[in-house]
Amino acid sequence: MSKATTRTTTPAPRLLIALAMLALAFLLLPLIGLLLETPWTQLPALLTSTTATEALRLSIVTSLLAAAVATILGVPLAWVLARKEFTGQRLVRGIVLLPLVLPPVVGGVTLLTAFGRRGLVGQYLYDWFGIQLPFSTAGVVMAEAFVAMPFLVITVEGALRNIDTRYEQAARTLGASPRTVLFRITLPMISASLLAGIVLAWARALGEFGATITFAGNFPGVTQTLPLAVYSALEVSRDEAIALSLVLLAVSLTVLVSLRGRFLGSRS
Amino acid sequence: MSVTAHVITRIGDFAIDAQLEARPGETVALLGPNGAGKSTVLKAIAGLVPIEDGCIRIDSTPVDEPASGTFIPPEHRRIGMVFQDYLLFPHMTVRQNIAFGRKSLKMPTDKDNDDDTWIHALDLADLLDRKPDQLSGGQAQRVALARALATNPRALLLDEPLAALDAATKQSVRGELRQFLQRFEHGSVLVTHDPLDALVLADRIVVLEDGRVTQVGPTAEVASQPRTDYLAALLGVTLHRGVATDGAIACETGGTLIASTSITGSVIAVVRPQAISLHTHKPEGSARNVWQTTVTAVDAHHDQMHVTLAGPPQLTAAVTPAAVAELGIAPGQQIWASLKATDIAVHPA
Repeated sequence: MSKATTRTTTPAPRLLIALAMLALAFLLLPLIGLLLETPWTQLPALLTSTTATEALRLSIVTSLLAAAVATILGVPLAWVLARKEFTGQRLVRGIVLLPLVLPPVVGGVTLLTAFGRRGLVGQYLYDWFGIQLPFSTAGVVMAEAFVAMPFLVITVEGALRNIDTRYEQAARTLGASPRTVLFRITLPMISASLLAGIVLAWARALGEFGATITFAGNFPGVTQTLPLAVYSALEVSRDEAIALSLVLLAVSLTVLVSLRGRFLGSRS
Repeated sequence: MSVTAHVITRIGDFAIDAQLEARPGETVALLGPNGAGKSTVLKAIAGLVPIEDGCIRIDSTPVDEPASGTFIPPEHRRIGMVFQDYLLFPHMTVRQNIAFGRKSLKMPTDKDNDDDTWIHALDLADLLDRKPDQLSGGQAQRVALARALATNPRALLLDEPLAALDAATKQSVRGELRQFLQRFEHGSVLVTHDPLDALVLADRIVVLEDGRVTQVGPTAEVASQPRTDYLAALLGVTLHRGVATDGAIACETGGTLIASTSITGSVIAVVRPQAISLHTHKPEGSARNVWQTTVTAVDAHHDQMHVTLAGPPQLTAAVTPAAVAELGIAPGQQIWASLKATDIAVHPA
C-alpha cells in the first residue's frame, strides 16, 4: 500500500481498536520474550556447538532439497490441475491440499505406512533395492516435501489460472513448441508467484517438525533438523533451545520481508 | 500464398459453417457482429482450435482436414497472427518479442534478416529496448505486426487489429496498416466488426452472421449492395425486399416503391434514411414516391433524428433535430414523405 493512499472509512469503534491491539500484543509478546531471554553473550558458543551446527546444516540441506522436490513435482501437478479437465479433479485437488490441514504427525504416520519397511511401497524398496527411507536423511526430505508441496502447488496453480492463456496461443503461432511455450512464456510470466511458492514451500520445509520426527526420527547429524534440535534442547538446556529458536525466527523474518518486497514489486 | 478455409465446428450449441479464401496479396475482411464466430474462424486457420469438418489449406496443402486426419499444429503452420490486444510478451523487450518467433523456429537471427527489415519498415528501431507496457497503442500494434512477420509467415491473420486503439490513433494506424497490407505478398484475413476497417483495408469482404456467411464480394460491391439487415444497419441504410416490375417494386412488407431500375423479379432496394424528405402538406415536385403515413417513433441517432414511418412502405427517415422541431414531428402524427426514384439503389436479391 502506498503512502499516498488515503482511505475514508467510518471511524473505528473503540472496542475494535482495543481488540486489534490485543491481537498484536498476543503475536508480539512471545517474540519479545524470546529476545529478552536470549543469552546474547553465550550465543556464539551455543550456535557453534556440534548439535547446533549439524542441525543447521541438516536443516538447510534438507529444506532446500525438499523445496526442489516440491518444485520439480509440484509445478507439473499445478499445471495439470490448472489446465486440464479430468474426472476426479476435485478429489485430486483435495488430496493435494490435504497435507495443509492434516496434523503433521499424521502425515508422518501415513508416510510410514507407505514408505516404511513394511509399507505399501517401502517393503519392495527394501526387499529389492535395500533402500530404507524412514529414519534417514532422505526420509527427512520426504517428510518436508510432503508438507511443503501444497504451498507450492496452490500458489502456482492460482498463478497459472490467472495468466491470459492467449499469450501462449500467440507464442504457438510464432512457432513455439509446447515445451518452448512452457519455459519461455508460461513460467516467466508466473515467475513472481513461482518464486513465492518456492520460498513458501522452503520456509514450511525448514520449520517442519511433526512429520519429520514421526517418519525420520530424531537422530543428531542424520535426521535432527533445527526444529527437532530445539525440541530436544528444551529438555536439557533452555538457553540452547532459545538460541536455536532465534536462528529460525531470523530466517522466517528474512523470508517474510523479502517475499513481501517481491509481491509489492511485481504489482507496481 | 493463399489461404482457403472451410471451417465447420461448434462451440457448445453454437454451430459455425463458414468458407473463405484469401488469394496471394489479397486482404479479406471477415466482417460480422460480436459473437458471429469470426474469431473462431481465425483461430481455426491459425491452428489454435481444431475444426470438426471441412478443410483449411495453405495454397493446395491441407493444414487441417478432419476427413483425412490432417492436423498441423500452429507452431508448424507458419501463419502469422496479430491478436486483438496484441499480446506482446510482457516479460520481454520489443527486440525479444520480435526475435521470439525466429528463435523458436531456430531461424538465423543475425543482422541482415527479416526481423531487421520489419524493424525498419515499421519504424521500430527506437523502441527495441522498451518493454510492452512502455509502448503506446499504435506502437504496440506495429510491434505485434513486426513480431508476426519476422518469421516470414505464409499468410497473415489479424484479429480486430484496431479495436484496442483510441479513436484518434485508430485513424492513423488504419492508414499505416492499409499501406502495409497492400505490399504484403501473401493472403491476409482481417477480422473486424467495424465497417470502416473492412472498407479501408480489405479487397474483399466476407460477412459472417451467426456462424454463417451471409454475403461475399469485392469491398465496393458489398458496401453498395448490402444483402442483410445487419450489414445495412452497419452501413447506415435500410433494406427493402420485394418484386420489381418496370421500375415498380412491390415491397414484401407492403406498399410500392418507384425506382429507376430495369431489373425485374426479386430485388433488394437500398434506401438511405437521409434521402427521405418529410412534409406537413403534400409536397409539390418531381419525387416519384410521395405518400402519407403515420409516425410510429422518433429516436435520436448521433446528430440526427430517425423517424420511423408506419407505411406502407415501411421506411425510416433521417432528419435534423431542427426539422423535427419545425415540423412538430411526434409519434402518432400524420405526415407526408417523399423519396426520389434515383435515390433508391436496386440490386437482384
